[in-house]
Amino acid sequence: MNAFLGWIEDRLPVGRVANMHAIQYPAPKNMNFWYVFGFLATIVLVNQIITGIWLTMNFVPSAEGAFASVEYIMREIDYGWVIRYMHSTGASAFFIVVYMHMFRGMIYGSYQKPRELLWVFGMFIYLALMAEAFMGYVLPWGQMSYWGAQVIVSLFGAIPVVGPDLVIWLQGDYVISGATLNRFFALHVIALPLVIVILVFLHIIALHEVGSNNPDGVAIKHKKGSLPESEKTKYEIHEYYTSKYDIADDVLPFFPHIVLKDLVAFCVFLALFTYVLFFAPEMGGKFLEHPNFEIANPLKTPEHIFPVWYFTPFYAILKAVPDKLFGVLAMFGAIAALFAMPWVDRGRVKSWRYRCGLHKVNLIVFAIVFIFLGYLGGTPQENWKIIASQVATVMYFGFFIALFLYSKNENTKPVPERIPK
Amino acid sequence: MKKMMCFLAFFLPGVALAAGGNVHLDEAPIDLSDKASLQRGAQLFMNFCSGCHSMKYQRYQRSFNDLGIPDELGEEYLQFTGDKVSDYMTRAMPEDASAQWFGAAPPDLTLVARVRGEDWIYTYLRSFYVDESRPFGVNNTVFPEVGMPHVLQPLQGTPTRTYEEQMVDGEMVKRYVGIKSDGTGSMSPDEYDQAVADIVNFLEYTGEPSKLESHKIGKLVLIFIAVLFVFVYLLKKEYWREVH
Amino acid sequence: MSNVSVDATKSAQNENQPENNTRRRFLTVATSVVGGVGVVGAAVPFIASWNPSAKAKAAGADVEVDISGIEPGQLVRVMWRSKPVWIVRRTPELLEALGGHEDQLKDPNSEAEQQPAFAQNRFRSLKEEYLILVGICTHLGCSPQHLKDGAFAEYVEGVPEGFFCPCHGSKFDMAGRVFQNVPAPLNLVVPPYQFVDDTNIIIGSEAEA
Repeated sequence: MNAFLGWIEDRLPVGRVANMHAIQYPAPKNMNFWYVFGFLATIVLVNQIITGIWLTMNFVPSAEGAFASVEYIMREIDYGWVIRYMHSTGASAFFIVVYMHMFRGMIYGSYQKPRELLWVFGMFIYLALMAEAFMGYVLPWGQMSYWGAQVIVSLFGAIPVVGPDLVIWLQGDYVISGATLNRFFALHVIALPLVIVILVFLHIIALHEVGSNNPDGVAIKHKKGSLPESEKTKYEIHEYYTSKYDIADDVLPFFPHIVLKDLVAFCVFLALFTYVLFFAPEMGGKFLEHPNFEIANPLKTPEHIFPVWYFTPFYAILKAVPDKLFGVLAMFGAIAALFAMPWVDRGRVKSWRYRCGLHKVNLIVFAIVFIFLGYLGGTPQENWKIIASQVATVMYFGFFIALFLYSKNENTKPVPERIPK
Repeated sequence: MKKMMCFLAFFLPGVALAAGGNVHLDEAPIDLSDKASLQRGAQLFMNFCSGCHSMKYQRYQRSFNDLGIPDELGEEYLQFTGDKVSDYMTRAMPEDASAQWFGAAPPDLTLVARVRGEDWIYTYLRSFYVDESRPFGVNNTVFPEVGMPHVLQPLQGTPTRTYEEQMVDGEMVKRYVGIKSDGTGSMSPDEYDQAVADIVNFLEYTGEPSKLESHKIGKLVLIFIAVLFVFVYLLKKEYWREVH
Repeated sequence: MSNVSVDATKSAQNENQPENNTRRRFLTVATSVVGGVGVVGAAVPFIASWNPSAKAKAAGADVEVDISGIEPGQLVRVMWRSKPVWIVRRTPELLEALGGHEDQLKDPNSEAEQQPAFAQNRFRSLKEEYLILVGICTHLGCSPQHLKDGAFAEYVEGVPEGFFCPCHGSKFDMAGRVFQNVPAPLNLVVPPYQFVDDTNIIIGSEAEA
């Protein structure tokens, strides 16, 4: 057996890659619960891919058959409802863990040098995920699928000159139709998952090249020869890392320590996920919206239409601006601003633990504003909400402007050389 | 972990804010595990609703099995003649004919409980009232200008909006006190409410036939996860004991 | 991959006090077992969903056929579980001819376990007059052709009528019995069926004894 594995190892470095990236990868020992969301996102991605494959086995991608085929899966296929709810709950779970993962990156400065590319890859994953989720939501061909697609595709109509033609080209018809459904299906089940998997791969490679950040923002890799033997880690770390750097006594091997910690978090996550799946799959109309249980009707718009909750913050920004083109620009600008984080923040200190009080306030207000925008974008329009969403939109962008301004000459606390005990 | 759960709770705003209309809805007194109620509901549905409304995503047999009705009995009393027990529950009336008759095709009711909510249906079916200006002579407080006749009138009797005269500040004022039947129906008001609840219960069932099984499996899975958590947690503790 | 992780566990263990090893090993095994149960449980919906759906099962239910209109010598095709089922009303001449070529058959008395017990004989039917077969070749699933009025003699000398599979040349007689030296290993399958009365049969289940 060992001879056989050796024979393979000489030709395909399975063991070496596993050791390097999944076992003997040095991870800071002070990573707290905020650090489990990357692992959870990977799990949810796998869940989405597997349940997605199973759903395509019975889904009919046509305007005539889509809605009925979803009900066929829910009623006629053995445990079809479990698989469908795993997929629909997984979509929302994906965004919950990704938003947590992103906020983690913001509070601990994980986007700062040298992790700019890592952050940008992450943002591309987020972008691809939004496209994936949007197209997936169209597939059941309910009222929200149809009218949501109508609204989102119409956004492209705001682009000067080419807009109206672009919308027709995207739809493949003069309205959202079976042609649109079919192309969204192709993109949702093949193209975008492929893009997401490749991006995740790049995200992880980039992470392992620069190493994991931690809540103190302290480097665990030190210049070769700068640490006395007593301060180097006692754990077995792959030579890929130890040959280039002195790895401090601040790390743990990814397996078993970090994996076990992630598994504990996974159990908690799984309990919450399972609860929603079996007891509240609609999540009060947030994960599966009520009007979407009615088949798409191009002649009748539902009374209130909202995108699914994970898009509502950006939808609120869109609605806040009383001009079609500028509304669309503001919405895309809100996402673009996140891309620019590594360059908006001109500070040199990563973690909010060692940064000025204003920075902490700024981050917390940003989180509250984001959630508030989500609330505004997902509830019926009222007069006070127009003003509120405009204020919130200004505050959203204000976060980035303020950060850019104060981070240049910020009063920071001294960052320790090593992870504090 | 506690922090995480707080965050999650915080993160899903408005879950409790059910999107409702402006009308007050009565809570539907339904219970999915009450097979007798479901069976009565199925029968009422077939007798009063299925002439115009289809239930085209559900097969007779599935309903019979889940409701504990033997196939032969269901075939005899609950199916349209000529339909097979394995058929979908389609409507009696052709779609274009009904569209012409009612102005719009009566909607399919398989998923109506998931679209409208059980309380809405429960209140709606108890909110018809006589209004001679409407084509079918009735209107509805929950669904104004409704294009549906009051098919349950033989059970409820003729419902009218009733007012009471009251002295307010020395003036007689008419106050709306709800819809009352004239008593010409075959059921008492309580019996009628129960009949409507039975229909709503049946519609709630057809909206999501897997619901009861889902709750059952869900409990087992949660118990399993709790066990798994204990072991994983102890193992993690064991490995992290030496980490300072 | 698995042996690599075992190595890593060992290396991590070496750094710790040896007295923990029993507890650690117990917890590792217990967690793995519980986790394994979880993986198996999670696989159940995915495996079960490949079964025929409830609708397919309903469509595969028993089929009732009125056979009163079938002329002597005629073959009628009906569907059962989306498969062709043949009902042939055999003439007395056909029944008599069945005894004439038994030396050329693989399993003349149909003893192989593949059918209801009443078919383990020359005529392979409840009533000799009516032959009921699943019209699918036991070789690779093509549906054989019914060749009559001497057309079958082209394939088997002296036998005027039978079934010939165009895919790989398997030959069967008018009791669905397979001839020797053809790829099909078994006689054509007789489905479970029963007579409700003289003119109606139910395909899909046998009468209870």
